[in-house]
Amino acid sequence: MSNRNKILFMIPYLLWIILFVILPILLILWYSLTNQSQQFTLANFELFFHNGTFLKMMLNSFWYAFLITFVTLLVSYPAAYFLTKMKNQQIWLLLIILPTWINLLLKAYAFIGILSNSGLANQFLQLFGIGPVNILFTDFSFIFVATYIEIPFMILPIYNAIKEINPVIIQASEDLGASKWQTFKYVLWPLSWSGVESGIQAIFIPSLSLFMLTRLIGGNRVITLGTAIEEYFLTTMNWNMGATIGVVLIILMVAVMLLTGSKIKRKKVDL
Amino acid sequence: MKNRKIFARLYLYFILIILYVPIFYLIYFSFSSGKNMNKFQHFTLAHYQTLLQDNRLIAIFLNTVILALLSSLIATIIGTMGAIAISRVRSKKHKQTLLALNNVLMVSPDVIIGASFLVFFTALGIGLNFGSVLLSHIAFSVPIVVLMVLPRLNEMDYSLIDAARDLGANNYQVFSNVMIPAILPGIASGLFMALTYSLDDFAVTFFVTGNGFSTLSVEIYSRARQGIDLEINALSTVIFVFVLVLVLIYYFISTKRGKKARGIMRELIK
Repeated sequence: MSNRNKILFMIPYLLWIILFVILPILLILWYSLTNQSQQFTLANFELFFHNGTFLKMMLNSFWYAFLITFVTLLVSYPAAYFLTKMKNQQIWLLLIILPTWINLLLKAYAFIGILSNSGLANQFLQLFGIGPVNILFTDFSFIFVATYIEIPFMILPIYNAIKEINPVIIQASEDLGASKWQTFKYVLWPLSWSGVESGIQAIFIPSLSLFMLTRLIGGNRVITLGTAIEEYFLTTMNWNMGATIGVVLIILMVAVMLLTGSKIKRKKVDL
Repeated sequence: MKNRKIFARLYLYFILIILYVPIFYLIYFSFSSGKNMNKFQHFTLAHYQTLLQDNRLIAIFLNTVILALLSSLIATIIGTMGAIAISRVRSKKHKQTLLALNNVLMVSPDVIIGASFLVFFTALGIGLNFGSVLLSHIAFSVPIVVLMVLPRLNEMDYSLIDAARDLGANNYQVFSNVMIPAILPGIASGLFMALTYSLDDFAVTFFVTGNGFSTLSVEIYSRARQGIDLEINALSTVIFVFVLVLVLIYYFISTKRGKKARGIMRELIK
C-alpha cells in the first residue's frame, strides 16, 4: 500500500478518535473544572470530597458493583464448569446466549411484574406460608436483577477458559492423590483465572452504570454513581457537578484497570 | 460419579430456568385479558391488536432497525479502514497509543459515554435528534469493529499480496480481490457486533436523544416507569420470536458452512 493510501485510510479513523474519544473527555474535564458561569474553579471537587454524601455514594456504588460481580461469579463458575462436561455444548451455549439478545429493558420490565407484591415471586413464597413480602424497590431486588442480567457474560469467558485446559492435567492431579478441593484450588482455578478475570472486567464496570435498574427496580433508593451522573445531567441540569462525578469515576476506573492489568470488556459474545 | 452428573445437569437446568422465566413470564401475560402480570384472566389477542394499531410504536421500531443498520454499516467501514491503517503503522509505540485510544470507549461505563457525548454535541451546537443518536451509535461501535478485524489482518499472509502484485494486480485489485476476502470473516463479525451494540443500547441513546426521536429501549423505559402495560408484553413476544428466527438462521448457516468446509477439507486430504 502506498503512503498516500495509508493516510487516506487513517483519516476517518483519526477523525473518529479526535472527535469522539479525545474531545469528549476534554470537555468533561473542562466542565468539571468550571462553575456554571464558566469560570475556573475547584469547588466541584471540593464539594465532592468534603461532602459526605458523595463519598458515601461512591463507596456504595463500588460495594454494589462488587456484590453483583461476586454473586454472578458464584453462580456462573459451577455452571461454566458443568457446561464443559455436557454433550451438545453448542446447543447449551446457544440457549445461554439467547437471553442476552432480548433487550435489557424488557427483562427489567418483566421483573417489575415478577417481584411485585402479588407477582410470581410472592405467589411462590406463599406456597411456604410466607406472606407477601415487599421485594420490589429494595437493594436485594436491584442486586438480584443485575446479577440475572450479567450471568451469561460471566459463564461464557469462564467456559472458554476451562475448555482450554488439557483434561490430562486434571486427571494427573487426581491420580497424584489431590482431593477435589485441592484440584480445584491448585489446578482448575488458577488455570481458568484468565476467564474469571475477563468475566469480572465485563461485569464490574458496566454495573456502575445501571441507572435504569436503580430507577425501575431499585425504586430510586439505591443511589449509585451512574444514577447520580444521570440525575445531574438530565434532571437537575448541573452539568459541572455531573462532570465532576464522571471524572472521579474515570480516574477510579483507570486505577482499577492499571491494578488488574486490563483487557477489554465484551458486552456481547460472538456465537 | 453418576450422582455428580445428575447434579451438574440439574444445576444447568436451574440456570436455564432462571434465565428464561422472565422472558416467558412476559410472553405468557401478553395473552391475558387482565391489566397486570399477577393473574392470568382470559386468553386474548387484544394486546397484539393494540400493538399493530400503535403507529407511534411501529415507527419507533422501524427507527431502531434503521438506526442499527445504518450505524453498524458506517462503523464497519470506518473501523475496517482504521484497522487496516493501524496494521500498517510501523512504530510499535504509535500502534500501542492508537490501540489504547481505540479501547477508551470499550472500557468506559455507558453513562460516561452518554454524558460526554451530550456535552460534545451541545458544545458543537448539534441538535439532539436522529443525527446525534446515529453519530453516537457509530462512535461506540467503531472500536469493536477494529478489534474484530485487526487479528485477521495480523494473521494474513502478506506473501499473497506480493504474489498478486507480481501477477500485475494494481492497488485497487489487491485491495478488493485479495485483502478484503482475506479479512472478510473479521469484518462480518465486526458488523454483527456493531449491530447488536446498537440494538441493545439504552444508556447512551437516553443521554443524546431529544424529544423528536426515540428508540425501542428508551420507549420501553419510559413506559415501564409508568407501570405495567401489557402492550409491552405483546411487543416482547414479537421481539423474542424475531431474535429466535435470526439466531436459528445464523446457527443453521454457520453449521452448514462448517460442514461444507469440512467436506472440502476431506476432499483435499484425499
